[in-house]
Amino acid sequence: MISNVYPYQFQAAKVRSELIRMFPISLFVVAFGAAFGLAAVQKGLGPLESILMSTLVFAGASQFAAIDMWGAEVSVIPVMVVVFAINSRHLLMGASLYPILKDVSPAKRYGLMLLLTDANWAVSAQEYQSGRRNLEVILGGGLVLWLAWIVGTWLGVYFGGLLQNPKSLGMDMVLGCFLLAMALGGKKNPRVLVAWALAAVASLAAWKWLPANTHVVAGALAGGLVGLFWLENKPVDEDAEAPV
Amino acid sequence: MTIETTTTGVLALILIMSLVTLVTRFGGVFIMSYVRISPRIESFINTMASSVLIAIIVPMAFGGDAGALAALMVTGVAMLAIKKPLPAIAAGILAAAFVRYFF
Repeated sequence: MISNVYPYQFQAAKVRSELIRMFPISLFVVAFGAAFGLAAVQKGLGPLESILMSTLVFAGASQFAAIDMWGAEVSVIPVMVVVFAINSRHLLMGASLYPILKDVSPAKRYGLMLLLTDANWAVSAQEYQSGRRNLEVILGGGLVLWLAWIVGTWLGVYFGGLLQNPKSLGMDMVLGCFLLAMALGGKKNPRVLVAWALAAVASLAAWKWLPANTHVVAGALAGGLVGLFWLENKPVDEDAEAPV
Repeated sequence: MTIETTTTGVLALILIMSLVTLVTRFGGVFIMSYVRISPRIESFINTMASSVLIAIIVPMAFGGDAGALAALMVTGVAMLAIKKPLPAIAAGILAAAFVRYFF
């Protein structure tokens, strides 16, 4: 095998179709962005500073947590710890896509990671479980989600006062419902169900007893342990003579 | 160590947050580029991947209000019944709005 060959080919049409597929979700991201923009200016961030933060950081939950710690002075280390803890799931998400990402050049590989969010990752990871390789959703979906996050923040900064309570409309549950739908749409077999059960118990235990924001990583690693010791029985090589 | 939230200070804080987030975005991929992907490692990252979703959702259900719980339960049931994400999500959102309006 030649080490400098990257066989994954991006299809422009598929990037466009993934962008369109993520468009409905991105409308909700606009609403979250607006909620963030409003919260940020209320905490004393300037309009441009709020928009810059959304543009560069592009990780909603950690941004909300950081501005919660905002004041005339901000303690740097606690902010770093909280941002790292909340975003540490990116470490696992990136690692889980590595079997596909190794087939694109390092520049594209790390470029794609700039656009990684829960929603586009969930689609890509779910499709990979079903044997499809989809980096286009990271690119196209990530772009539309990023723009939605920036536009939403801008709206919230300048027109946030007009925002009704989005929670009363159930808007805060869009992402949770989306991720649940992705999980249940994926492959389900005894091995996966045991992993989920362990992940659920571990994440709840971590949420209750471990430091804040560690529950996602704790639960995911616990679920991963099931996979580490319980290997899937891959169907034998298809060319081999399988009993019919 | 504290930073005053002057314009320069805020810019510095935004940059620090961006860098920390960047480490989490790049770190997992970077580490994996040094790991030989054996079937066992592949099995680990595949079960870990779907467990990430569960580990986000379950505490969300337990920590949330009745509306959050209703949203997730309705989405879950709808997804298992009709296997179409968008209608299942829409039903979940409606359930949250409904529960919060009436209770």
